Amino acid sequence: MTETSLDVRHLTKHFPADSARLGRRSYVHAVDDVSFTLRRGRITALVGESGSGKSTVARVLARLYEPTKASVLFEGRDVSSERSRSALRRYRSQVQMIFQDPFGSLNPVKTVRHHIERPLLIHGIVARDELEERVHDLLTTVGLVPPEHVAAKYPHELSGGQRQRVAIARTLAVEPVVLLADEPTSMLDVSIRIGILNLMLKLKEERRIAFLYVTHDLACARYVADEILVMYAGQIVEQGPIEAVLADPLHPYTRLLLSAVPDSGLGESKRIEVRKGLASAAVDPPDGCRFVTRCPLAIDVCSHTTPPLVEARSEHAARCHVTAPSQSHAEKEAVR
Amino acid sequence: MTNVVEPMAEVTATERRSEVLVELRGLAVEYGFGDRRVRAVDGIDLAIHAGEVVGLAGESGCGKSTVANAVMQILRPPAHLTRGSILFRGDDLTLKKREELRKYRWRNVSMVFQSAMNSLNPVMRVGDQFVDMMQAHQHVSKKAALARAAELLDVVGIDKRRVRAFPHELSGGMRQRVIIALALALSPELLIMDEPTTALDVIVQREILQQVQDLQRDLHFAVLFITHDLSLLLEFADRIAIMYAGEIVESAPSARLHENPQHPYTRGLMESFPPISGPLQRLAGIPGAPPDLADPPSGCLFHPRCPLCLPEEAAMYARQTTERPRLREVERDHFVACHRVEGVA
Repeated sequence: MTETSLDVRHLTKHFPADSARLGRRSYVHAVDDVSFTLRRGRITALVGESGSGKSTVARVLARLYEPTKASVLFEGRDVSSERSRSALRRYRSQVQMIFQDPFGSLNPVKTVRHHIERPLLIHGIVARDELEERVHDLLTTVGLVPPEHVAAKYPHELSGGQRQRVAIARTLAVEPVVLLADEPTSMLDVSIRIGILNLMLKLKEERRIAFLYVTHDLACARYVADEILVMYAGQIVEQGPIEAVLADPLHPYTRLLLSAVPDSGLGESKRIEVRKGLASAAVDPPDGCRFVTRCPLAIDVCSHTTPPLVEARSEHAARCHVTAPSQSHAEKEAVR
Repeated sequence: MTNVVEPMAEVTATERRSEVLVELRGLAVEYGFGDRRVRAVDGIDLAIHAGEVVGLAGESGCGKSTVANAVMQILRPPAHLTRGSILFRGDDLTLKKREELRKYRWRNVSMVFQSAMNSLNPVMRVGDQFVDMMQAHQHVSKKAALARAAELLDVVGIDKRRVRAFPHELSGGMRQRVIIALALALSPELLIMDEPTTALDVIVQREILQQVQDLQRDLHFAVLFITHDLSLLLEFADRIAIMYAGEIVESAPSARLHENPQHPYTRGLMESFPPISGPLQRLAGIPGAPPDLADPPSGCLFHPRCPLCLPEEAAMYARQTTERPRLREVERDHFVACHRVEGVA
């Protein structure tokens, strides 16, 4: 078994909705009881529609949001309750985030060199006399060559793809174990996209980085990822090895997502009927399956009992009363 | 499905298809004046037949939206047409007067813009925006226009009662549908869609495109569909033109393009989309970035990124770096602009 880097248990994030009314506050359940494990040298894709909570998961793990409830074990140590500056700094040097917008995440008045030097200095990674060499190494790693030339440039002199590479080089500066990539390619042109995905594969293989790859693009997810987590309205509705899940998805929502991907090889007959609805998190959602209003397979029980995540096949679990029914109480327990 | 928008004439689909609706001849558009000029579109020939779905694909900055704006006749300074003509049913639009063009827009050709969901007036009810647009083009009472708006909303799958809604009360996907309904209100013969679904989720995107396809089959309007997502076009378009740095480098019926892409750029684009099913292999994508159009490379515009442009092959290399390849027919209805594939003809 590959070693565990980040073990996320029961991650929950509720945001207060509108104003408090007579002492009773309502909450948007952005993320509800999400558990998964990131392992070294593995890429885990987290997919779902806008508002499904997938970016919130990444942001909580990057400690940009405080979780409502969670236990996060980083290499075996519980970091969810750590609040001290030094502990946070240590955690952040190991768990880094790559943002969607490479245009907004770099300082326009600073050179590329500055962006990459900062983390090296702040976290005291190298001595001053090795700084230049390390900056050049990092730029070379992400394919920005010749490094001395690129280092002197300003963000506006770079293309979107190059900027995203700078953003990645910056995260690599602190030698992270985990990279949280939030839609890193969705703002890039198609011809540039593959280059970034290939870079992720290279980093996974050469540096054994554990990736959480947040995306809505199933084809890109399949290209790089080993495992997949499918989120719907704040819950994980299906998870497992990506090839197994995409080849034969259990949850009707995963099937729906899959059928929406443009694929010239797929006949129209294979497409499933799309029913309108929202994947976004609900305010104080009632019990029952959150997909029930859109589900072509829904039965009675779906509208009043929330289905548990059931490991219906080896390492492949889904939250569905119909396709992944829980037979006994023993099996009813959420998949570990 | 509906009798809201009547078909234009009693002609069969095949007859209709053979008729050329819009034709671009040697179209060139520049931005800027004097010595600060960027040639965004450089000599494009493109024909759109009645009832046909034509896809235009390419990366950001390749000039695809500029082409759309030219067909819609909404180019504004600093953009200006420097060469070529735009024919609508044989009439050259570049020679028309302002008032004639105002009537042409929306009635003959309408457009769904990039991020169109934000192009509705936020302080006007949806229905009133229909009334506004329709009264600008024809004598119609407010009541009749509202009735028509309700019918059109129904056509695109939105509850009729939503004519009373304000845009902020609708989701992104619903607003996009409203825009499509608005674009179809005067039964145009050509609908231009410029990245109509880029800002939307995959599922909403598919719903909307499916709906446009159904409407298109019922009402027989032509579509010029502009997107960077080639995989989407392969599914929805009858014919696809690939643009690179202001030029069309390849055009063919979708199925042909899918089976037999010829231009190295087209092949590169195809290899930029990982497949969702079947075997998976490492893709190469396209190295480098599109050229700066203020200072384009010599010869073939794609040569700095082209995997088939090798200094070892001196004679071919010299040609690729000095001579601009012309678009030529390599097989029936399949055009390619590449020095390498000329021999195939």
